[in-house]
Amino acid sequence: MEVTFTDANFDQEVIKSEKITLVDFWAPWCGPCQMMGPIIEELAKEVGDKFKVGKLNVDENPETSQKYGIMSIPAIKIFKGGEVVKEFVGVQDKDSLKNELESL
Amino acid sequence: MENEKKMYDLIIIGAGPAGLGASIYASRYKLDHIVIGNEIGGQVVEASEIENWAGEVSIPGKTLMEKFEHHARHFGVKIIQSDVSSVAKAEEGFEIMAGGEKYLAKSLILALGMKPRKMNVQGEDKFVGKGVSYCATCDAMFFREKDVVVIGGGDAAATAAIHLTEFAKSVKLVYRDAYNWEPSWDEQIEKSGKIEKIKMNSVKEISGDAKVSGIVLDVDGQEKKIDVQGVFIEVGTTPGVAIAQGLGVALDEQSYIVVDQTQATNVENVYAAGDVTTGSNKFRQIITAVAEGAVAAGSIYKKLKINKK
Repeated sequence: MEVTFTDANFDQEVIKSEKITLVDFWAPWCGPCQMMGPIIEELAKEVGDKFKVGKLNVDENPETSQKYGIMSIPAIKIFKGGEVVKEFVGVQDKDSLKNELESL
Repeated sequence: MENEKKMYDLIIIGAGPAGLGASIYASRYKLDHIVIGNEIGGQVVEASEIENWAGEVSIPGKTLMEKFEHHARHFGVKIIQSDVSSVAKAEEGFEIMAGGEKYLAKSLILALGMKPRKMNVQGEDKFVGKGVSYCATCDAMFFREKDVVVIGGGDAAATAAIHLTEFAKSVKLVYRDAYNWEPSWDEQIEKSGKIEKIKMNSVKEISGDAKVSGIVLDVDGQEKKIDVQGVFIEVGTTPGVAIAQGLGVALDEQSYIVVDQTQATNVENVYAAGDVTTGSNKFRQIITAVAEGAVAAGSIYKKLKINKK
């Protein structure tokens, strides 16, 4: 199941997460983000309980976006033990993201 | 699986103006078809304002394409949002693999669109997501009260610069030799009072440490360094023809798909429409893309249905 990350739950859901967590930083006005949306939903379904996968709306959650220096969206960051271990900018395909998660 | 058996009359690859325009006409002609595309709306969704689509004085690209999508879906078409991994000739018709599923069709419309061109200058790859952007509508808000440059001389560069004035402190619009955006944009560029146009010979380097802090230009043979935090690259596009090549579709020397007046390619029952083709004098506008999509759907209707009656 896809998770909605926010400034309020980021620490709990991502930083302190025991699972490897993928965050898609997006905004409603961004065309390529719309393209990424269904890919993230599918990915969340496919990985099930093994990994945590979700989205963070940068417009509604400026604090987290600033903290991670987001300057281009869609931006995808994978967190492990509270740290960013992989990051991508622009639309990514589902299989490569899945492979990245599996490789960690 | 149901999909593995069904033979569609037509599969449209691409969900931009050409693909959705083709679908609207295909629906009216009762061609049993689907649309497969990775980005519904195509490149247009990144345009801040469209001011040359008849019937809309000024409309955000994303809104216009939502209307296109709504119109196409209204007639019942299924739009599959996925990358197409392969297209091949099958025993009968064509076989398409997308999102791990196989689809079959008697005919194809390739509405593949264009991909943003890179500049290939030092620092460009390094700073993607750290100040280098290819989408002003996506990223403008991250440059509030910052100094930015837009590189390019076409409509996309002009509209990106105008959009950025709503956020950035200053916008420099840098073009090589001459610009060819619609003269109407000049009024808005002037009116904004924030855009400085700079003619240059080339971009030498995008510089910075962890993030972009400047750009080095060659202006009249002199190096000119400008301090900026954002570099928006709008230097044009190239045809996205990778999947067409497996079909043996003929391309011109610039990699556009060669079409005739019916939008047919050299491969039987394969048509192409939109920016990716040699059609419409390569004007590459929304209106010409839609028109080519309509012509392609009409041609397929004539070929598959009328000639069989």
